[in-house]
Amino acid sequence: MIPLSWYLIFAAALFCIGLFGVLARKNAIAIFMGIELMLNSVNINLIAFWRYLSPNFIAGQVFTVIVFAVAASEVAVGLALIISIYRRRSTIVAEDINLLKF
Amino acid sequence: MTGLQILFLIIAAITLGGALMVVTTRNLIHAALWLILCLFGIAVLFVLLDAGFFAVAQVVIYIGAIAILMIFAIMLTRKVAKDSGSQTNSTWPIAGIVAIVFFGGLVFLFQNWQPIHTLPPTLPQGYNSIEQLGMALVSPDGFLIPFEVASILLLTALIGALVIAWGKNK
Repeated sequence: MIPLSWYLIFAAALFCIGLFGVLARKNAIAIFMGIELMLNSVNINLIAFWRYLSPNFIAGQVFTVIVFAVAASEVAVGLALIISIYRRRSTIVAEDINLLKF
Repeated sequence: MTGLQILFLIIAAITLGGALMVVTTRNLIHAALWLILCLFGIAVLFVLLDAGFFAVAQVVIYIGAIAILMIFAIMLTRKVAKDSGSQTNSTWPIAGIVAIVFFGGLVFLFQNWQPIHTLPPTLPQGYNSIEQLGMALVSPDGFLIPFEVASILLLTALIGALVIAWGKNK
């Protein structure tokens, strides 16, 4: 059988790769991909904890359903924002979108 | 080392490799395709965790909707998403250090935590987690209100995305 630690270390590695993507990429859509990786690693953690520590308590799965819904709505609004910014400024490079920067 | 463990290691290696390609490759379309591979790997891990519903939901929602939406957005903003030039900002070494330190910290924390070495308890005969999940999502004693709030959130996001992306008629 697979120990719980393998899943946790895998999820931690995936989370850190996503974190690197969010911090290092220029393009706003690439930043979104990093956020997706981070959300997925959290989902793996939630399901692994449900399976290993409390399989009779279904809350872990319900939490994952909520994370799915939040991820879907976040991507819909975020990509709409990116397309709107692209229409006005003709760029989606995060460094160039600095109108609010003081 | 059992067959399941070997399968897990192969899937984990493919998924992490795909994730690394997502954050490092220059071409954004390729990054989106690597993201799809990575999401498939995670769906397989859900199957290994006896959560078949989430494997299906992963394929339908993440790959079928989110990844395709991203490819659409990449193509709609294609003029600036050129493959030439650096795709990372000037502070990427710091970002790499932050990510590695964070990973090291998490692994260090894991070592001091005892339940990490537990093996999965065997599920009872005829245990159906999908049925339990469905009952929990619609029963007032369970998670009915969070479920409804999630549906309102989705509706709001739908309308919000429409309003934001509508554009003004000149």
